[in-house]
Formats: sequence, structure tokens, C-alpha cells
Amino acid sequence: MKQTLVQKILARASGKQFVSVGEIVEPKVDLAMSHENAALVMNQFQEIYSGTGLEPNVWDAKRIAIIFDHRVPAESKKTATNQKKIRNFVQAQGIEKFHDIRGDEMGICHQILPEYGYVRPGYVVVGTDSHTTSHGALGAFAFGIGATEMAAVWTLGSVLNVPVPATIKVIANGKFSPFVQPKDLILYLIGKISAEGANFKVLEYHGSAFKSMNTSGRLTVSNMSVEAGATSGIVPADEETLRYLREVAGVKENIEIVTPDEDAEYDSIVVIDVNTLEPQIACPHTVDNVKPVTALEGLEVQQIVIGSCTNGRLDDLETAANIIKGKKVAKNTRMLIFPASTRIYQEAMDKGYLSTLLKAGAVIMNPGCGPCLGVHQGALGDGEVALSTTNRNFKGRMGNPNSDVYLCSPAVAAASAITGKITDPRKGA
Amino acid sequence: MAKVIYKLEDDISTDIIYPGRYMATVLPTETPQYCFDDITDLNKMLNSKQVPDGSIILAGKNFGCGSSREQAASTLKGHNLIIVARNFARIFLQNSVNLGLQTVSCPEIDAKVGDELEISDKKVVNKTTGKAFDVIPLQKAQQEIVEAGGLIAYTRKRLMEK
Repeated sequence: MKQTLVQKILARASGKQFVSVGEIVEPKVDLAMSHENAALVMNQFQEIYSGTGLEPNVWDAKRIAIIFDHRVPAESKKTATNQKKIRNFVQAQGIEKFHDIRGDEMGICHQILPEYGYVRPGYVVVGTDSHTTSHGALGAFAFGIGATEMAAVWTLGSVLNVPVPATIKVIANGKFSPFVQPKDLILYLIGKISAEGANFKVLEYHGSAFKSMNTSGRLTVSNMSVEAGATSGIVPADEETLRYLREVAGVKENIEIVTPDEDAEYDSIVVIDVNTLEPQIACPHTVDNVKPVTALEGLEVQQIVIGSCTNGRLDDLETAANIIKGKKVAKNTRMLIFPASTRIYQEAMDKGYLSTLLKAGAVIMNPGCGPCLGVHQGALGDGEVALSTTNRNFKGRMGNPNSDVYLCSPAVAAASAITGKITDPRKGA
Repeated sequence: MAKVIYKLEDDISTDIIYPGRYMATVLPTETPQYCFDDITDLNKMLNSKQVPDGSIILAGKNFGCGSSREQAASTLKGHNLIIVARNFARIFLQNSVNLGLQTVSCPEIDAKVGDELEISDKKVVNKTTGKAFDVIPLQKAQQEIVEAGGLIAYTRKRLMEK
């Protein structure tokens, strides 16, 4: 029927057999996620009901997830009060997919959703966070929306005004060389197509590199798809998706796999040879300012960050621990580690990764967004440089407009922590 | 007709429009004070209350890229600005429609600070230089939200029809 994966998902969610690109649909929402900005969603939600005489109740509490991650534990009285209001709302509305600041359930929203099996292939997922694109890694159509739009979803259970997006097919074939990672692939792609190259479009990922990539790597790629402007970055679900949902997320129910039609029509096709891919760095102050690591070797860095919804998973921490084992973080360099969830934190502890990193001089922080968005935990000083596995390097992103943020893979970050300079992990440190 | 009060480059992110450190401030009535906080002269100008309603900020491509934070739209709306850019990032554009911030997508726009622009549905005319530029209109479904007075009013109407 000539439909891309997103067309098929939107057709199903809109009660249709077929939808065309550009057609406006109102898909039913399978999962609606918010974090601390639920405080604003709540405000807008009450506004919608104001003067209607109706009781403001969410359309389906089971389909709403709220996860505290952006400022945990609270950095200010304002945040703490917002979190308190959200807790009260969650209780009043009976929202069970709520993850509070607790060592047995907390984590970054984009890690918690897959880890707890809240996202399934074929779902329509919306989140009041631009990196909601992450969940495309499980074959869902997942995209970021604003708080008022979320309030409308809480009210009506569907997203209004969704133009069916065109899809760019990305085919990545080949094998990653040692110390080259999925992060390098997505940075390379963003550099190639630019920060607005996929604006209003979807990136659909194919090729042998994706077939052999684990869900953690796919989450990295889908997560950063928004940095090319994409509405969503989606990997068609396969055996690996089922493995992840069964073995890691513990999903017991039947899982339906949705795949694009063989004869689907694409806006364009981008081909990438992974065999020749090198470690990549996104330079200040745009994510598409991408260069190979070899062009930046020797640049001094004061802060290394490994973590975030992009690269805070167990295999990321394993990569870092293996590289830094028996070595030390360079003098005058700070290395901050943010496991993406408490489950990852626990597993990394059990496997000895955290101990290795700690002994080397890294600081192990609690799961959460950390310094990625410049609110707390690791702001930069004037003129300082950070090298980070996070997803944005915009001016001021880490809390100081007079600083620079470079983005890289966990392997590059760990190798550079040892030298205090941007270092190619393939050459050893 | 309105005046261009400031000109910005390409890829102005939501972190520039409304820095992350103020994200705990959520109410549209409270966000305007932090508008472009890291561009000190612009922030000062906006907070001086000397800028007439409907003044124009001119930008390049991909304005509003990055975060979904709605404060980026509400802070600009709070100053009653019009944003004319070559194009806008998706989430920011939708947030603007939803909150009633006027955005004008004008891929070829050529103007400088101090120029007077006349904006209509189809064209932006630079009255200072005499040149006219095509506008990419909002989609019909977005236009409906604008005409309803924003997404809150539009959703309320839909709720009452249910």
C-alpha cells in the first residue's frame, strides 16, 4: 500500500487504511509523557476547563507518564514547589506511570519509558520534551510537543493538527570500527544533512548497521534525530526490539510489529558507509558543526560529561570504564558521570564500572538530566570547555554563554578524560 | 507597519530565547522578564517597556530550534513581538500558533534594523527599501487554531462539542 512506517502508524491511530503525506490527521495517543514541565501542562489543562462547568479530569490516566528528571533533586524552591504540585495532581488523577525522586524508580524520562515497557512498536507517543524522538528506537512514532498541546491531549486523548510527515530513508550499511559508536553515526548524519535537514520530516533508519545495533544504540540515534530537525527518528521494530522488550523491559503481553511497506515512497534517501566512519565531534554552537575527532585532537577540556538520555546507558558506562580502567582523570579536568536510570546505576555498580570510574577520579552523580540543560550539577566557568556525550551544544546550554560545549561519543569522552584534551580513542590514551 | 528592532542570525535556539536556568518559571505572565537573557542589550531593551507592541525581531533560518519548552513562545508573546524569520523549527512554530505569537516565515527576507515592514498574509514589503518578499502561509489547520484565539480556546470548543 506504499506507506512508510509513520504513515502506517498514523493511519492506524486515525482509524484509516491509508494516509497521504501532508494530510491532516488527529491520531489517538497511546502514551503521553511529561517531566517537571507537567507544572505548565497542569496550568494549561485547568485553563481549558475553566468556565466549562466540567470537572478537569484527564482522558485516560493509564496513558499518561510523568517522570521527574530535569532538576532532581530540586535545585530551587520554585522547582520543589512545582514538583510538589505535580505529585498532588498525579495522586488526584490516579496516574500510575509516575517516577518520583527515589533510588528504586527514578531516571531520565527517555530511559524510563523503554526500560519499563511503556512504549511499544506502532505506538503514537507524545512528550513535552523534544528528545521524545528517542522512542522511535522501538518502532513507535514519537515526537515532542509543547505544554499547551499536551494539555489538549490530556483533555481529548488525541493530537490535533498533525500533518502526516514526509519520510527520509537513511540506509547505514557496514560495521562499526573499534571505538566508533552509534553516537558517531548520528553526529555524522546531522553534519551531513544539517540542523534543519529533516525539519517537519521523519528519519526512518535501515541498513545492516541498524540491524546489528542494540536498542541502546538505536535510542542514541533516535534521540538525536531531532537535532536534524526531525519530527521523529524511527527504527522499524525487529527481533532486537522484541528481545529488548521481553528481556530488559519484562513485557509479557503480545507485541505487534509494524513495518514500512516494501514499496513505500520516500522524500529522499541518504546512504552512509559505516565501515569508514570515524569518531565525530559536534563543535560549538550548533549540533551540525561536525568534524572528525582527528581535526580537534589536543584541544584542552575542563569538564567531561558522560550521561544523559543520549548516552547514559549501561554499555556507555562500560565503554568508559574499559577505557579508563587503571588510569586517572587528568589534573584540572572534571569528569561527571550520570547514569540514565537507577537501574543502570545499580547494574553499573554490580559490574564494577562505577568503582573503576570513581577510582580514576570521576564523580558519580544521581540519575537525571544533570548539566545538559544548564540548570544545576556542573555549570561551566567563563571560558571553560566541556566535552560531553549529551545532545546539545547551543550557546549557553551548560549554564554559561561564555563557555563552549563539544559533543562526542562515550569512547571519545573517556579517552579525553585521561589526557584532559580531545583525544582519538583509537590511538589509546 | 512595524519596525525591525533587532536582527539575529541562523539557528537561534530555545536556549538563547529562554535559557534553561529559568525553566522552573512556567507561567506566561512571568516568563517575559527572561526573554533573550544572554543577549544582554536585547533583554534590556525589551524589559525597558520602550518597545512598541508589534515590533519585529528578524532572524535567519531554523529559528526556535531545540527544546520543546513553551516558555520560548510565551516569553516573546509577552512582549507582543512579531518574529519574521527565513523559517522556523517545527515545535517552536506549533507552540507559537498555540499561544498566539505571530510568526512570519519569509525565506528571502532582506531587511536591517530600523527598516519598516508591512506584513500581509502573502507578502512582507520592506517599506524602507521598497522590496517585497513572499510569505509561506500557515497550514489551514494551524490557521483554525489562530482564528479560534489559540489552542486553549480551540480545545475548549472541541471539548464542549464532545
